[in-house]
Amino acid sequence: MATAAFVLIAAVAVGSALGLVVRRNPIHGALFLVVNLGSIAALFLTLGAEFLAAAQVIVYAGAIMVLFVFAIMVLIPGREETGPDPQRPTRLLALPVGAVLLVLLVALVAGGGAPRAAGGPPAGGVEAVGRLLFTDYLFPFELTSVLLLAAMVGVLLLARRRA
Amino acid sequence: MTAIADLGIAFGRVAFVMLFILNMGGLLTWVERKQSAIMQDRIGANRASIFGFRLLGLFHPLADAIKMLTKEDFMPARADRFLFQLAPFVSVFFGLVAFAAIPFGDTLRLAGREIPLQAVTLDVGVLYVFAMLSLSIYGVMMAGWASGSNFAILGGQRAAALMISAEIAIGASIMGVIMWYGSLSLQTIVRGQGDLLLGWIPAWGILVQPLGFLLFVTAGIAATRRIPFDTPESESEIIGYFVEYSGMKFGMFAMADFLETVVIAGLTTTLFLGGWQVPWLYAEGFRFPWGAELALPHLLVVLLQVGAFTVKVSLMIFVMMLVRWTLPRFRYDQAMRLGWLGLFPLSVLNIVLTGAVLLLVGGPA
Repeated sequence: MATAAFVLIAAVAVGSALGLVVRRNPIHGALFLVVNLGSIAALFLTLGAEFLAAAQVIVYAGAIMVLFVFAIMVLIPGREETGPDPQRPTRLLALPVGAVLLVLLVALVAGGGAPRAAGGPPAGGVEAVGRLLFTDYLFPFELTSVLLLAAMVGVLLLARRRA
Repeated sequence: MTAIADLGIAFGRVAFVMLFILNMGGLLTWVERKQSAIMQDRIGANRASIFGFRLLGLFHPLADAIKMLTKEDFMPARADRFLFQLAPFVSVFFGLVAFAAIPFGDTLRLAGREIPLQAVTLDVGVLYVFAMLSLSIYGVMMAGWASGSNFAILGGQRAAALMISAEIAIGASIMGVIMWYGSLSLQTIVRGQGDLLLGWIPAWGILVQPLGFLLFVTAGIAATRRIPFDTPESESEIIGYFVEYSGMKFGMFAMADFLETVVIAGLTTTLFLGGWQVPWLYAEGFRFPWGAELALPHLLVVLLQVGAFTVKVSLMIFVMMLVRWTLPRFRYDQAMRLGWLGLFPLSVLNIVLTGAVLLLVGGPA
């Protein structure tokens, strides 16, 4: 049962990821990414990590991707975007980078996956995540918020200058 | 045998929630007409009749459905065919599933079983409903984009912008409730509202989180995209994201708005109005603060609780309808300003205040 669910969800995840890369139409790509994020949330659910699943859907599918789709709708209203790619040569850089990522992933999977936390169920509940965030990972957590704040101020500065 | 019984119970729980929200949503088309008529001193819908019975116009939703289903299903030539077809279904789907984690009663004990009265028991119920609400926006955005019409795209953009500002405020305004009752599970939050303040006042969310209640209801109404927050639709200027839709597909967008109204009313009831709690009613019967007691059979208690939940949801819908037929539409920039400069900072203030109170006075005992 669990294996069947995994195979099914994984197929949706991989399929939607492929769709994201293959589709020329930016809205279709963005919607495929939403499906992909949703299927990752479903994978979290099958692992019993309800909080992570909900957070994944709310933060990525529900907030960030809505902004993405919004931006695409504002910037590219028509279908002109399906022409030849003006930046094709630089995009070829994606090939070696992708190859390195692939090698790393294969090595990781072949090596038995990431090291598991010793004992106990996977820490996916609200309490476990909260405790980790405010103890072991307090510094990275606060650092991230400073980083996000800096990015936000930077965006405001750039937007103001252009206006 | 037990496996079949379990399956039946699971089916029953889901069916109850499904029928509850579908019927509420259908009924709302009638409520909308009748309530607005009463508010504006008119008679309202009363023409549809079956064999001469008019039943206060209650047949109008039926007539509507028949009309919508038999109309031409039009698609513009420039439309994105697949997304155009998919959009109304996405809208309705997320409106329907959002209600699943909302408890409509306490545990029902029947033939040695304990049946939790909600479609799914989730530890993160608040987040689940919130996530489904935030996903429902995709139907609207897809409709706006796939129609291949400038007015529809404008509507889709407005819907996205409105939804994001409303969502942030919703998320921030329920933080106070979550902090106070100390759980993300809607059932636990409702049980927490069964406590008494000062020995006789039910500790409902609206009493311990009055600011949070106002902020949540305002943001919730914005999330339903109905007047005064109907900038995505604005039927007097752009007609909005569903301008190209006809027949039942158009009807499904209207239906999704009603479903979301029911979901927001249900969530408000659960978080702020005590959910299925009846004041001073406990599992074994009433225990009044003045000392009197009234023992009641278990089934009656459960019925009272489910009834109380239904009444509270209906009351909340009534209030939302009052707002809808009282206020004019906010301009697009006004709605944005209200969300970002009004609701959101006040929600953060509410979080800080709640935290301070919890630190100084201590939470619920």
